[in-house]
Amino acid sequence: MSMITLKSEREIALMKEAGKIVALAHKAVFDAVKPGVTTKRLDEIAESVIRHHDAVPSFKGYGGFPASICASINEVVIHGIPSEKTTLKDGDIIAVDIGANYKGYHGDSAKTYLVGTVSDEKKRLVEVTKASLYEGLKFARPNNRLSDISHAIEQYVKQFGYSVVEVFTGHGIGLSLHEDPYIPNFGPPGTGPVLKKGMTLAIEPMVNIGTKEVVVLKDNWTVVTVDRKPSAHHEHTIVITEDGYEILTKSEGGEFDV
Amino acid sequence: MSKDDVFEMEGIVTDALPNAVFKVKLENGHHILAHVSGKIRMNFIRILPGDRVTIELSPYDLTRGRITYRHK
Repeated sequence: MSMITLKSEREIALMKEAGKIVALAHKAVFDAVKPGVTTKRLDEIAESVIRHHDAVPSFKGYGGFPASICASINEVVIHGIPSEKTTLKDGDIIAVDIGANYKGYHGDSAKTYLVGTVSDEKKRLVEVTKASLYEGLKFARPNNRLSDISHAIEQYVKQFGYSVVEVFTGHGIGLSLHEDPYIPNFGPPGTGPVLKKGMTLAIEPMVNIGTKEVVVLKDNWTVVTVDRKPSAHHEHTIVITEDGYEILTKSEGGEFDV
Repeated sequence: MSKDDVFEMEGIVTDALPNAVFKVKLENGHHILAHVSGKIRMNFIRILPGDRVTIELSPYDLTRGRITYRHK
């Protein structure tokens, strides 16, 4: 039932362009993150960068989502809706998820940013979440199984006593924002599809300090931790290459987040 | 999460919605929204409209459930 498409060089080049635009939007949002800024403002900044580069925000209107970015503060895991009423406060962490559609192809990436002075506990959560993505990516190469990535992410996160969200997963990406396969961030190794050159995947660990259990708020989007303890999110779009992987949403000039 | 206070029902998936949610018609005719359990995720099981599924419901919110099993 599952239909995983392998992308051609031409398609990968377009996805790389989409990824570059996502990275530029992230940089602009990162530069704007500070106490007192509304998440609506961050949404406007990201959307203007995306449109300036002849792309379209992937999320706006997707399943009815009303904005260009997801802005998820502290206990919000993912899919936080930007709002004029939501203002960043000193000590917050905010997961920003951005997608751009360039000539029909999508790029998707999320990062968790620190607002002002953040507690060591939250800072460590953000660092571990980011590092877990790269632990998983060590297994992203042809002939490995998809769950080798999932397993490595979970094993890394567990060492710190944190939990991995199970209900939401990464996903294939390309002509659609969400394609097959879905990519859990947990589970035993050696199962799921065999990785092949040309697969394009959005891998996105969501890590909680407390329980892994999450609940969706009444707006039908915002996902929060059941215990209301903080959660962090880190995501890149990658392509499986001949001998490993390449990140398509990486910013030029190096990473700028924690 | 405590599993003591949940009960199970069967239903048919009618729609795949965004945010990893499915619309399911229960045997009693009620429509509910349901998420997919971690175990189904871990086993790479695809849920599609038309699938017969087992749903876990909590008496505290009968409009939402969790898909715990997809029947063949």
